[in-house]
Amino acid sequence: MVVPWTTLLDALRDHLDLTGTKKGCDHGQCGACTVLVEGRRINSCLTLAVMQDGAKVTTFEGLAGNDALHPLQQAFIDHDAFQCGYCTSGQICSAAGLIAEGKATTADEIRELMSGSICRCGAYPNIVAAIQQATRQS
Amino acid sequence: MINFQYARASDVADAISRAATDPAAKFIAGGTNLIDLMKYDVERPPCLIDISRLPLRTVEETSSGGLLIGALVPNSDLAYHPQIEQRYPLLASAILAGASPQLRNMASTGGNLLQRTRCPYLYDTVTPCNKRQPGSGCSAINGVNRINAILGTSDACIATHPSDMCVALAALEAKVHAAGPAGVRVIAFADFHRLPGDTPERNTNLQPQEIVTGVELPPKGFNTNCSYLKIRDRASYAFALVSVAAALELEGDTIKDARLALGGVAHKPWRDPAAEAALRGERAERPAFARVADLLLRDAKGYAHNEFKIGLARRAIVRTLSQAARGTPQLQSVKKIR
Repeated sequence: MVVPWTTLLDALRDHLDLTGTKKGCDHGQCGACTVLVEGRRINSCLTLAVMQDGAKVTTFEGLAGNDALHPLQQAFIDHDAFQCGYCTSGQICSAAGLIAEGKATTADEIRELMSGSICRCGAYPNIVAAIQQATRQS
Repeated sequence: MINFQYARASDVADAISRAATDPAAKFIAGGTNLIDLMKYDVERPPCLIDISRLPLRTVEETSSGGLLIGALVPNSDLAYHPQIEQRYPLLASAILAGASPQLRNMASTGGNLLQRTRCPYLYDTVTPCNKRQPGSGCSAINGVNRINAILGTSDACIATHPSDMCVALAALEAKVHAAGPAGVRVIAFADFHRLPGDTPERNTNLQPQEIVTGVELPPKGFNTNCSYLKIRDRASYAFALVSVAAALELEGDTIKDARLALGGVAHKPWRDPAAEAALRGERAERPAFARVADLLLRDAKGYAHNEFKIGLARRAIVRTLSQAARGTPQLQSVKKIR
């Protein structure tokens, strides 16, 4: 039972103990809280859990199968696409949404369409390379 | 966030009647702006009426040959809709210039129109703001006003409307469909948003308990010669300092019809029919574009930190009209401006 003022982000982290989804700014400006709702990437900090009643929510924990890493997880490791790692689960969920949308083929397009996920360590070049690798594999 | 009641509307009539029962209640759709304002304690609604499941998610042909966009169509779906991409590329481009993919997946068409200014003093609840607390004063006029308006300001407010989508909708002369206790009505886009005057707390001419049900596009989409150029402090994911929507109808080199709207400079998307009229019959070249920029900006007034916007807007107008005339619109994924 969640109260109406519980965001989807807080419901995931505090009620379901799914702490892979991170709280960064809590105002839709950083992308750390990105999850997939019905396959579409959204900021989970700016929607109420009660508004998503009945929706299929995929968090970072649910991206991979039981035994293998998701291709994006492997690509982020291959390309060292993080430093502190705090933004990484949001980056990877956002990239999964990006690949599903199919609108980014060039590095410029990946940069523009990943702009909703901020990396304060500045791992952007490696993030773009990792997403390019995973895009080729998809 | 404060505690609040939550109710889900079953249809448009139910939404309107619930709002009439509780005038302080707010409608919520995408939530990207309202929930943010609630976290900052700027909005404190006792009740949210969830309209996000109402059947307003289609894009349909109108009898006049235009399109009617349901108020709940997400911004991303609209930008990538084949009819919008082909017939109204100015609108598609403007939408993709705004926010982030995550936010565009959430934000609704109607909510984009109704989003609030990002003037920092609206959000800073310990400072005066005539929007937040009418009569308390405007902190921006003598404060940090880099992002604020240069056209149509008043002594009470110098906030801007932050939308990109609305700048294109203004240029395309869209119409807003609304439903309320008194029935349904259609509002010309130019009459939807307001200038601040002495009532900056009123953002639009929508009446209490009225709900936006759709946005209608006229048949003419200017799809051959148009461009949306957005200038901001970051390359992506920032609000406009200045943005320009330009659309031309050409006969050879001569301008037959022109539309020009500015974002980031006023309390509403800024259009000037006199400036657009001055383009008709002119050759679609730089001298005419420079004259029209001067005409459009003739009453512009800068404040301590945003005087630069006047020159920036002048150059952006000339550049965007040049892009439209060449048929080489600014692509939002390309950061070089040619």
